[in-house]
Amino acid sequence: MDPINPLTLFFAAIFTNNILLTNFLGLCPFLSMSGRKKSALGMGAAVVFVMASTTALNNLVHYKVLVPLGLEHFRFIVFIVVIAAFVQLVEMTVERFFPALYFSLGIFLPLITVNCAIFGASLFMVIRKYDFVQSLAYGVGSGIGWMLAIIAISSIREKLQKTAKLPKGLEGPAITLIITGLLALAFLAFSGMIRVQ
Amino acid sequence: MPNLPLKKEIFLTGLWKDNPVLRQILGICSTLAVTNLMVNTLVMDAGLIFTVCMSSLTVSLLRKHTPMRIRMMVQTLIIASYVIIVDIMIKAYLPDISEALGPYVALIITNCIILGRCEAFARHNPPVASFIDGLGMSLGYSLVLIAIAFIREPLGFGTLLGFRVLPEGFVQWTVMIMAPGAFFTLGIMVWIMKYFRPQTKFGEEKG
Repeated sequence: MDPINPLTLFFAAIFTNNILLTNFLGLCPFLSMSGRKKSALGMGAAVVFVMASTTALNNLVHYKVLVPLGLEHFRFIVFIVVIAAFVQLVEMTVERFFPALYFSLGIFLPLITVNCAIFGASLFMVIRKYDFVQSLAYGVGSGIGWMLAIIAISSIREKLQKTAKLPKGLEGPAITLIITGLLALAFLAFSGMIRVQ
Repeated sequence: MPNLPLKKEIFLTGLWKDNPVLRQILGICSTLAVTNLMVNTLVMDAGLIFTVCMSSLTVSLLRKHTPMRIRMMVQTLIIASYVIIVDIMIKAYLPDISEALGPYVALIITNCIILGRCEAFARHNPPVASFIDGLGMSLGYSLVLIAIAFIREPLGFGTLLGFRVLPEGFVQWTVMIMAPGAFFTLGIMVWIMKYFRPQTKFGEEKG
């Protein structure tokens, strides 16, 4: 198989292989954070940054440390630790040097450690055997794809709260899931344009 | 040591009253990803039940020795160790299914149900009660997964566990095996559940 062009991979990760809408990753924070557009934006930005950095970082760790030592089976533990340590480090740095940014973004950072999209991106990176540049492109693309989806949903939900009268029981998570389904259906229109596994 | 009725109560709470998927909307990533085939769902369920029970038990056993500040890290590492065991087992005995499940077995680690149970129940309670709580929660989770697969596989492929259940001429709903079908199915199930028992609280913020 020819190596995939990183740029192709970047667009594929946003549109055809959107990590939220086709791989169902990162749904829990997605459902609880998509109520308001402002928090959706903050969460999205944090995810883009952390996902891009940790996917690239885990790529280095996997191929430079784990594979030479024959410790591939321990990659789950190592990836989780890398992600947790990275998030902690970023949180401390931001808190120390950019207090303004910390108040708008910082509260989302601890939530990210348990975001399965971040961990999932690292796992896909190993399964699909991406090299460093590809991993970086994939991480950034997936993050932007996730952000795009959460912003779209939160905008729809904000409108919905103002205008629509929903039947009993449908409000909250149920309607969010159904809207997400419709959005996933819309994103299916992109499929086939780029083929990446 | 909790008495028998209390244990039963703990078990039923997880299984139905506070069903993790339908009531607490936790752990739905894998709920949706593996439910297009019943076989995958069953394997995933088995892995999850093992992980939840064992990690609840372990966290509970270690609860007096775990420093408060690093407890999340300790819990995550315990969970990750059990998931590695599950992953190696599935790879060894069911290689085809391991291929199909891809990264989702590993994603059990970040499944919020497990960490949620460790954090909310196992770290305050004795080992036996924690084990039962984990069993109830994971069985409740499995039931929902099986229910979703029971809708998606027949409509998407016309089969159930590989056997044909709908006639040859049935036009397969391709949308059911792809992402949107999963969102719709779960959305409608949550809706029905909330309609009949509306007092649920929504707002858990764990991924």
